[in-house]
Amino acid sequence: MKMNLQKISDRIATAAIYIMALVTVLPLFLVVGYIVFYGFKHLSFELITRNPAPVGEEGGGVLNGIVGSGIILMISMAIGIPIGLLGGLYLADSPDGKWKHIIRLSVEILQGIPSIVIGIIGYILIVLPMHRFSAVAGGVALSMIMLPIIVVSTEEVLRMVPVELREAGIALGMPRWRVNLFVVLRTGLGGVISGILLSLSRVAGETAPLLFTALGSQFFSFKLDRPIAALPLQIFNYSISPYPEWHSLGFAASFLLLIGILAINIITRTVIERMNYKNG
Amino acid sequence: MTSESDNILHVKNLSAFYGENKVLKEVDMAVKKKKITAIIGPSGCGKTTLIRCFNRLFETVSNTSLKGEILYRKQSIFSYDPTLLRKEIGMVFQRPNPFPTMNIYNNVIAGYRLNGRRLRKSESDRMVEETLKKVALWDEVKGVLFRSPRELSGGQQQRLCIARTIAVSPRVILMDEPCAALDPISTAKIEELMLELKRDYTIIIVTHNMQQAARISDLTAFLMLGELVEFGETDQIFTSPKNKRTEEYITGRFG
Repeated sequence: MKMNLQKISDRIATAAIYIMALVTVLPLFLVVGYIVFYGFKHLSFELITRNPAPVGEEGGGVLNGIVGSGIILMISMAIGIPIGLLGGLYLADSPDGKWKHIIRLSVEILQGIPSIVIGIIGYILIVLPMHRFSAVAGGVALSMIMLPIIVVSTEEVLRMVPVELREAGIALGMPRWRVNLFVVLRTGLGGVISGILLSLSRVAGETAPLLFTALGSQFFSFKLDRPIAALPLQIFNYSISPYPEWHSLGFAASFLLLIGILAINIITRTVIERMNYKNG
Repeated sequence: MTSESDNILHVKNLSAFYGENKVLKEVDMAVKKKKITAIIGPSGCGKTTLIRCFNRLFETVSNTSLKGEILYRKQSIFSYDPTLLRKEIGMVFQRPNPFPTMNIYNNVIAGYRLNGRRLRKSESDRMVEETLKKVALWDEVKGVLFRSPRELSGGQQQRLCIARTIAVSPRVILMDEPCAALDPISTAKIEELMLELKRDYTIIIVTHNMQQAARISDLTAFLMLGELVEFGETDQIFTSPKNKRTEEYITGRFG
């Protein structure tokens, strides 16, 4: 009898866990399924080879958004990666002290700032002085979101590098900066790169910070000091528009963005595995 | 026999601190050229700290400080550029620590490569072969030079680390319990190697293993609670120690 009771409660607990797990992944499947369902059927070659068409006209694509997102992400990486790596190295290597405390606190606060506020900061820092919305402003805003992610992941990875390796380098007469770069960073490189890629996939879909900075554009542009299109902005604009053909473009663009972010994540995993097994 | 000029390292009134905690207390000792000096003593007595002072690795840990003087070839080690000093005074660690991101070949010449010194192919080939022969590893690894050092056994990895250390041609090799993580056969090989290396290098070895100290060292220092209790010829220390505490430790009454 007692045995039975145990069995029943075991079954109930197991079922509860399965249901919870299902509830957890359900939203993911809903969102992805919805986008794939509506986005996939509007996919066309035109989507990635043409710019948006004027209202009322059939067809058109999001080429300018793809290129614009690419440019903005490049700018944000150019700012975020070097500063983030140095910050992570500093936190991992230096002795505890006032500066380290301040930097760590700043990074934590930066991580908690809502992305729309980051957009406003970008607006005040770059757009107002330049008197113009621009790709650079968008890149700066996104780099502020990337930065703390890279700092934290870099620090964590570098801390996991055994102290014996660091000391082996020092004992061979290497200056500290060389030890940091060629031993510590090199040993943790796989993890550091995956941290960077994760931060990239995180900001690739950001819309709010771009509203006040890159602004968006209907046109194809390479100019860094002009407003520029971005995929998330286009999705936003298309989906709040009253035109059904724009809605379908929005779904198709969402699908593209999803694929892009998925690709980054897959690359990340591959990089981690490569770095773990390859030896130079 | 014990002339001043035989001393390659001279420790004078050395004290070391972790914060307020004094881990070495006014140590005085002289290390003779091309001899093996063993440092023995119970856990936490400051053995490792002492040798980490010699290549100034101790100072790289935060919240540490030193008092006293160490002379290397009659010159204060504190007047040396630490990176140059460490090329003269190499170190082998307790756990084998080859660089996992480099193959065996590059691990041997890591002291050059990582310091940005380019070697000609013929030069580095020769150096890798010679150095690996010196540590009696060449025959075992010559076919797998471009593989990961992690494929080697612990003992082989440790000999690779010794190779990496002597490749930059130091005069002194510090060894921090180099056999602690190894099996008896690997340990025997390393001990044999140390007796070989003694011809060209001064070796200072920290060991927990008293038999090891008795087997290989010429001189033995016995440390206890940061204090250098006794220092002398190994035979004398192990057969007729002058200090009662040394005798008690060696006969296994404590520690």
